[in-house]
Amino acid sequence: MNVLAILIPVSVTLGLAGLGAFLWTLKSGQYDDPAGDQARALSDRFDDNPPS
Amino acid sequence: MSMACPACAGMPPPQAAPGDRAPTHVLHLPDIHCAGCIAGVETALMARSGVQEARVNLTLKRVFVSAPGLAATDLVETLAQAGHRAQRLDAARMGGEERAARDLLMRIGVAGFAMMNVMLLSVAVWSGAAGATEKLFHLISAAIALPAVAYSARPFFASALGALRGGRLNMDVPISLAIMLATAVSLATALGFGDQSGWFDAALALTFFLLVGRYLDRAGRASARSAAAELAALEAPQALLIEGGTERIVDADNLAAGDLIRVRPGDRIPADGTILSGRTDLDRSALTGESAPESAGVGDSVAAGETCLTGALEVRVDRAGRETGLARMAELVATAETQRTRYTGLADRAARIYAPAVHLLGAGAFVAWLWATGDGWRSLDVAISVLVITCPCALGLAIPAVSTIATGRLFRAGLLVTSRTALERLSEVDLVVFDKTGTLTSGTPVLEGMPNPVDLAVAAGLAQSSNHPVSRAIVAAAKERGIEPRVPDHPAEKAGQGVEGLLGGRPVRLGRKEWIGAKGDAAVWLRLGDAPPVPFTTRETLRDEAADTIATLRSDGYEVALLSGDTASAVARIAATLDIDRAEAGMTPEQKVAWVEDAARQGRKVLMVGDGLNDTGCLAVAHAGIAPGSGLDAARSASDVVLLSGGLPGVVKALRTARQSAARMRQNIGLAAAYNAVSIPVALLGLASPVLAALAMSTSSLTVSANAMRRMR
Repeated sequence: MNVLAILIPVSVTLGLAGLGAFLWTLKSGQYDDPAGDQARALSDRFDDNPPS
Repeated sequence: MSMACPACAGMPPPQAAPGDRAPTHVLHLPDIHCAGCIAGVETALMARSGVQEARVNLTLKRVFVSAPGLAATDLVETLAQAGHRAQRLDAARMGGEERAARDLLMRIGVAGFAMMNVMLLSVAVWSGAAGATEKLFHLISAAIALPAVAYSARPFFASALGALRGGRLNMDVPISLAIMLATAVSLATALGFGDQSGWFDAALALTFFLLVGRYLDRAGRASARSAAAELAALEAPQALLIEGGTERIVDADNLAAGDLIRVRPGDRIPADGTILSGRTDLDRSALTGESAPESAGVGDSVAAGETCLTGALEVRVDRAGRETGLARMAELVATAETQRTRYTGLADRAARIYAPAVHLLGAGAFVAWLWATGDGWRSLDVAISVLVITCPCALGLAIPAVSTIATGRLFRAGLLVTSRTALERLSEVDLVVFDKTGTLTSGTPVLEGMPNPVDLAVAAGLAQSSNHPVSRAIVAAAKERGIEPRVPDHPAEKAGQGVEGLLGGRPVRLGRKEWIGAKGDAAVWLRLGDAPPVPFTTRETLRDEAADTIATLRSDGYEVALLSGDTASAVARIAATLDIDRAEAGMTPEQKVAWVEDAARQGRKVLMVGDGLNDTGCLAVAHAGIAPGSGLDAARSASDVVLLSGGLPGVVKALRTARQSAARMRQNIGLAAAYNAVSIPVALLGLASPVLAALAMSTSSLTVSANAMRRMR
């Protein structure tokens, strides 16, 4: 059962990483305009000259 | 914010950090729908000097522009040149809804994370972990669950506390009780005070599912509210103020009594006032519903909301801003609105029965078990299982899930639902009342009959130099019959009278009968030199879809009525064409309201469909209201559904969808009740374990959501 000592922190850390990732997506406004992002994904307007 | 992936890095800079440069203008773009439109709008705006940033939000159909020093009208013009229709939005009128929604999403995220982790640990316990392992797992669960519950379930606790302070019970009281009791007892178990099952996963699952329900509900309400705010923010009225001989543009709200304003032909009059100089025809249809323009001159009073058609005016403001008749009417509507929001929806009615029942059941279970076994911990365990299992996960999702899906479906069909209980109220409607002018008819007149081609050619030649609706009808009729207009020399428009000119040396006149010197009933008269005057009569055109819509409504089992302020003959003709039996003519707005209230007293559920200020009262009093998007602001904000595109068939669509979604809501409540009917006896008998509770909760929530998503026909 010693393996639990490793596995439990690992599982909790993974969970926290997932939560962190979700909160980051939320904070960076990735749910603000789903329809627009969907349309922009295929735009090649900035392919040659990406804004820094 | 740094972007890691190349696709994101390829995005234009404005999106980089929302909020680091606040947009100075927000424009509404009703027509955009694809990547090409986004690129077109952004490039056009960025190409204009003075624009620092332009970012389109396709979901909201808005563009956020940062251009200090530029006026919104400049931007609208820039877009118009690029071929995009844009309307100015008053950003101040749209509140910060987004923060609240984001806060709720964050709580959902935390609850979801905690639920999954605790569930993993719980599965181990359920499948037989015992002794020290079980104890350890309980402690870890407690460490995850306690902060998560404290954070995520705060909205429920706050709402329950508020209700209890006010001496009421709401749905959040049993929810909070279940979550807190379950957490507290599990904590006691984890710390070794008792030997009962752990309910952490149940407490978290409860929080998670209920938060999702709450989020959907909020999203629905927020979109309804922002739709209404958006409509109100459209067309922020402006006025041309005359000050010491110069003119400048000001907001209509900033006018004061005694100010002098100029009104140009085609302008909407921004305030109530008296005409000091000038003469014009006024389109009063917004206020009276009458399509025929009225002439007005020096000394006559004008009211906000009317449109000046032909001549320029100088007007002394008598009442402005909130004082105008238009604003007072809007306030009356707002009062009527608050009465309608007291309508108790299905969810509220269910909650009212539900909340006390759950408490009685839980308390009853505890007392009965204590009396039968004398084991306090065991009794508490049973009471918690009853509370958790009866907790309205499914009930919380049952209605918001359906209304979110139905509202989204209607939005895609060009219908904007602006009120939260609109669908339920629409589903109860049995009498549909239409307004005539502007709703069933297009509101623009067409020429009636077949005038002599020579007369028509002369009339059209004169009419070309006027913007009056009747003039436009004459020009259109000539064009349709392929008659070349004979343009007179020196045509001049006499505001409020007509047009005159010289044709081959003879004076010709087209205008109202007093000016021409004719006797009879016609829209305008034409006089050619000394020849007897020739009458031109007009009639309104029915909208193309009107007949179909009325017929479909009747076959769907609705009774249809027509209320109009127009003359009896005009109304009778329309009613006969559309086969409507109940038609009332010559009604004032007050009479219309009385008619609708009377029908309501007879137990009818009235749906009002209208567009003008004269219908606004009706829209507000009726059980439900629908207004076309072309209608007046006040009418749109008093209605539950706005027809943005698609026209009258939208009424049928809205009613059908409403009926279906109300049926779906009742089904969902039935489903949730059925789950409870099975699980409550099990819980009362003390047979419900945390596994069973978790299963019942998830399956019932999934069933209800799946039923909501089932295709509507």
